[in-house]
Amino acid sequence: MAEIIIELVDLTKKYGSFTAVDHLSLTIRKGEIFALLGPNGAGKTTTILMMLGLTEPTSGSVRVCGINSTVNPIEVKKRVGYLPENVGFYDDLTGSQNLQFTARLNSIPEKNVMQRVEQLISKVGLSDASGKKTGKYSRGMLQRLGLADVLIKNPEVIILDEPTLGIDPAGVREFLDLIVELSKEQGLTVLFCSHHLHQVQQVCDRIGIFVNGRMLAEGDIQTLSKKLFAGSPYMIEAGFDRASLSKKDSPEERFSNEWFKEIIKNVDGVISVDIKNDLIHIGCSRDATSDIARVFVERGAGINYLRKKEYGLDEIYYRYFEGGEKS
Amino acid sequence: MNMKSTNSGSGRLGWFRKKEAAINPFWVIVNKEISDHVNSWRFIILISIIALTCFGSLYTAIANIGSAIKPDDPNGAYLFLKLYTISDGTMPSFFVFISFLGPLLGISLGFDTVNSEQNKGTLSRMLSQPVHRDYLINAKFIASIIVISVMLFALGFLVMGFGIIIIGIPPTPEEFLRTVFFIVLSILYVGFWLNLAIFFSVRFRQAATSALSCIAVWLFFTVFYNMIVNLVAKAIAPSEMASTHQIFRYQEVILTLMRILPSELFSDATTTLLMPSVRSLGPLTMEQIVGTIPGPLPLGQSLLLVWPQLTGLIAATILCFVLSYVSFMRREIRSR
Repeated sequence: MAEIIIELVDLTKKYGSFTAVDHLSLTIRKGEIFALLGPNGAGKTTTILMMLGLTEPTSGSVRVCGINSTVNPIEVKKRVGYLPENVGFYDDLTGSQNLQFTARLNSIPEKNVMQRVEQLISKVGLSDASGKKTGKYSRGMLQRLGLADVLIKNPEVIILDEPTLGIDPAGVREFLDLIVELSKEQGLTVLFCSHHLHQVQQVCDRIGIFVNGRMLAEGDIQTLSKKLFAGSPYMIEAGFDRASLSKKDSPEERFSNEWFKEIIKNVDGVISVDIKNDLIHIGCSRDATSDIARVFVERGAGINYLRKKEYGLDEIYYRYFEGGEKS
Repeated sequence: MNMKSTNSGSGRLGWFRKKEAAINPFWVIVNKEISDHVNSWRFIILISIIALTCFGSLYTAIANIGSAIKPDDPNGAYLFLKLYTISDGTMPSFFVFISFLGPLLGISLGFDTVNSEQNKGTLSRMLSQPVHRDYLINAKFIASIIVISVMLFALGFLVMGFGIIIIGIPPTPEEFLRTVFFIVLSILYVGFWLNLAIFFSVRFRQAATSALSCIAVWLFFTVFYNMIVNLVAKAIAPSEMASTHQIFRYQEVILTLMRILPSELFSDATTTLLMPSVRSLGPLTMEQIVGTIPGPLPLGQSLLLVWPQLTGLIAATILCFVLSYVSFMRREIRSR
């Protein structure tokens, strides 16, 4: 396995009596794309601030690239690019000038500054707008400029806090693809922070669900759904047409809910059956969609809808989130 | 100058290696801040107001300089310094203008130092770069001070230059030095207000709140404080029958109260520097004056006389800076 690049051990941050981050332990390896998912106020940004040494942890330790962020933030900040939530630029400077300023803050030799800025601007697709003042940029353009700004120091790790906030759906897709492409190209480790599940689901390798300062679960999507929906990772939805059924001169007990439950339960791999509003929810341990369809047809029940549902991040997230709120 | 050999030369550092090496991030921030100030409308408007009033005061000074010299005036030898101090009553003199507009200059350069950066969302971006946190506030302070210094020196020397051309008498070295000290003192005074404004900009999230608080403090010091001191003075005034000693004590108390004001310190110090005949800033008894011949003090003695004022101003400036430094360093920086 690749070397560990971010290591949080028992990290805790308290604001008075309020615990923002509660004994958080996390390791992220080189080249990974990790998403920290959680609702607003879960402590995501606080965690990032501690990783960058911008705020001190109450207890526990943070090591980024093998360096303790609390003791030596400058060295960490040389290696980590951070795109804050709602990134801002100097409105009266052009995109290029804004980046030049960041480049100089990073002690990039003067002769390389322009070259590097132009290279990154064309990479994020802003070449046409590089001479425009950032006050006139759209939200999506600002976010791209922010990405270029983060990459200018040639980081090993990039941390993006809510990077997709306020961009339209097409823009989000494009932006995330850009991040993934760049990270693969340069072997970057990426840490996302988001509450947008779908967007992150498409691009990241591993996910951590973070609620009320605690990491409730981490792993890739399959692992998470396995853990959460132990035994029944597949969910099949079937709909039957009651109107068409009742026309048939069939005995009363046929096509009743119990009858449906009975025939479906006999299919191999089916664990649970639940009928609600003419929709049958079937939980199975394997992909039994075709078998179920066959059973329906064999028994003469008319179905008008059959769909295999995969557990997305949404379900995962909401399950955990519910659990987190109760406690 | 052979640039190429210097560039590729040994490890000698110097201006010619600028292209090779990176500038220290601190000076990068200072550079940016200065260019921000110089390009901002705020600064352009302020500098035009100040320049206009200064030239106005120069005009009245020159128009009245002929009648300002009296045969037995101990300041007569310092004709040149009169350019900064005389007026015919229609328009205040140069140094009065500086003491009036200086606070405005300091406040307007400083009131949104930190909070505007935070509201723009650039603060957290800048602090996530490999720079020490105090670079930011130090660099902003240094940049504003540089801008103020350049501006005040330029104005002071412009007045001097016009003076030389119009009245045709060059300043003596001592007059020149006194002018330089006067300008340095003005910078210090503006620096005090600048630091106060920076402190408010760290404390308050809204730039408007911080600007208003600065102006409130300024108004309090210029208008209301005087009234309060007058009230106190009336209340504790000794009777007519009081001894000299009592009156002397009373005068000292009132003076001490007044000297809490930075503007009072500034005007005390400038008067002494620009009018060499001023011998004491406090009350003098008859015994002390008896037998003295009115004459100008040498520069060293004048400086010695204003040393407490100078220290007071510097201390107030440093106090404000320390306050803003500490509260900025302890603050948690979040985006917006």
